[in-house]
Amino acid sequence: MSTVGKRLLEIRHVAKTYGSGDSAAPAIADVSFAVDDGEFVCVVGPSGCGKTTLLKCVGGLLSPTSGDILLRGRPVAGPPEEMALVFQEYGRALMPWSTVRNNVLLPLRHKKLGRQRRNALVEEALEAVGLTAFIDRYPWQLSGGMQQRVAIARALAYQPSILLMDEPFASVDAQTRGDLEDLVLRVREEFAVTILFVTHDIDESVYLSDRVVVLTHGPTEVKAIIEVDLPFPRDQIATKELPDFAHLRGHVYRLIKREQVESGDELAATLSTATKGERP
Amino acid sequence: MRSRTYQSAAIAAEIAVPLLILAAWQAWTVHANDPLFPRLSTILVQFKDMWLFSQFQLHVVPSLIRIAAGFALAVILGLIIGVPLGLSRWGRLLAMPHIEWWRAMPPPALLPISILLLHSIGDRQKISFIAFFCLFPILLNTIDGVRGIDPNLIETTRSYGIRGFEQIRRVVLPAALPQIFAGLRTSLSLAVIIMVLTEYFSSTNGVGYVLLISKNTFQLAPMWAAIVLIGVLGYLLNLMLILVERRVLAWHRGWRAAATQ
Repeated sequence: MSTVGKRLLEIRHVAKTYGSGDSAAPAIADVSFAVDDGEFVCVVGPSGCGKTTLLKCVGGLLSPTSGDILLRGRPVAGPPEEMALVFQEYGRALMPWSTVRNNVLLPLRHKKLGRQRRNALVEEALEAVGLTAFIDRYPWQLSGGMQQRVAIARALAYQPSILLMDEPFASVDAQTRGDLEDLVLRVREEFAVTILFVTHDIDESVYLSDRVVVLTHGPTEVKAIIEVDLPFPRDQIATKELPDFAHLRGHVYRLIKREQVESGDELAATLSTATKGERP
Repeated sequence: MRSRTYQSAAIAAEIAVPLLILAAWQAWTVHANDPLFPRLSTILVQFKDMWLFSQFQLHVVPSLIRIAAGFALAVILGLIIGVPLGLSRWGRLLAMPHIEWWRAMPPPALLPISILLLHSIGDRQKISFIAFFCLFPILLNTIDGVRGIDPNLIETTRSYGIRGFEQIRRVVLPAALPQIFAGLRTSLSLAVIIMVLTEYFSSTNGVGYVLLISKNTFQLAPMWAAIVLIGVLGYLLNLMLILVERRVLAWHRGWRAAATQ
């Protein structure tokens, strides 16, 4: 696997409250964890626990109410050039009036790069996600999974050192989802990129990551951080058949289920058992 | 094959129905023999004598210039004012009452005072007047179109550090363009109406002027020829805009078709 290096991202006692006064709604109470260079960290938590809020704070789209977010030791004030975000709503994050090429090109336009370098980056990123043949199509001419691949290619072409992904595969079918998970693992190696990946899918979090950060019910805190020492490269069948995988998955599962029971959300706990906790 | 038959039938109907109406008009005017309603053939001969092309330069060109300049001015102002208002809630809060107030004003109510305010009875007054009333459909549609942009798209571009003018040019304007075009179409037909209106007052040329003078001197065939010309102009202008829209918004039709599948 890739070499995990020094500290890249540090989240220190971050809290976020929406609104103020009587209408104040605390979303995140106190979250701290760090991501090292080259690491793949998944954040899981019960539905509605402020995962997206956390990721938007990390990405500089929201400012936390208190606490610090440090990227290579420097505080994040706005969207940093070293980060790229991939959202769940791929269909709405792509520009329908632009071809796949121009969608991927968009964030590169204001980087100081030559035209040739730009085009090379676009083509390289699209090749990595297997969409070279669709470069001149429009996003709406592609399937959902392919559209999300365009969004991933756009993020990769931007050459971030860290990729933030917000439940990117929550709205594609199971088969496509497996393919996209493997694609992300592959491009992570190819582009040597660090990934912070938010999901509500426990299997997905264990399958993908080096570490899983389990969050509590909102207002959010960190419940546990679990090392995932499954061997790389991972494989949808072989990895998931490993006793260690089942063990880790069960461990994360119990943490989240207990969290729901403790927070008095017994209905959610029952429901999540019934639906394997995969749907919000 | 069936669809091709259907298509040729549709085109045939599109041509046949107007021809039938014209034939009925001709038959009725011959039968009625009413001086207020000259025969269609008389009107068409008159049309040819006046507009093709002896008086074209004298009266049609000034009218077209007024429409074009007024409309262009309205487009520029509509975008310059509309985009910032679409992006700013405070801006809308402050500006919308004024926009709604002026929008509700009937054009004839302002025509006399526009002559005084603009110190002009020439093209400056006419073009400004057309621009003023064409502004509102473009402005309101631009504001709405910009407001309606998917927040996902804005957030995505923001996360890539795309801001300010770059964001407007690459994301905001293209996203609002379908609705802006709806405003353009309303405005363009409005431009024809206002053009005729401004040429009714203190004018010495233009299609509206010819229409009014002909009526006042009981020259009914020239009057009808002017009415036919105004209809033709409105139709052709709209057709031009539709052709532009088809090119510029080709993506939008595909996207909508994909979304409804």
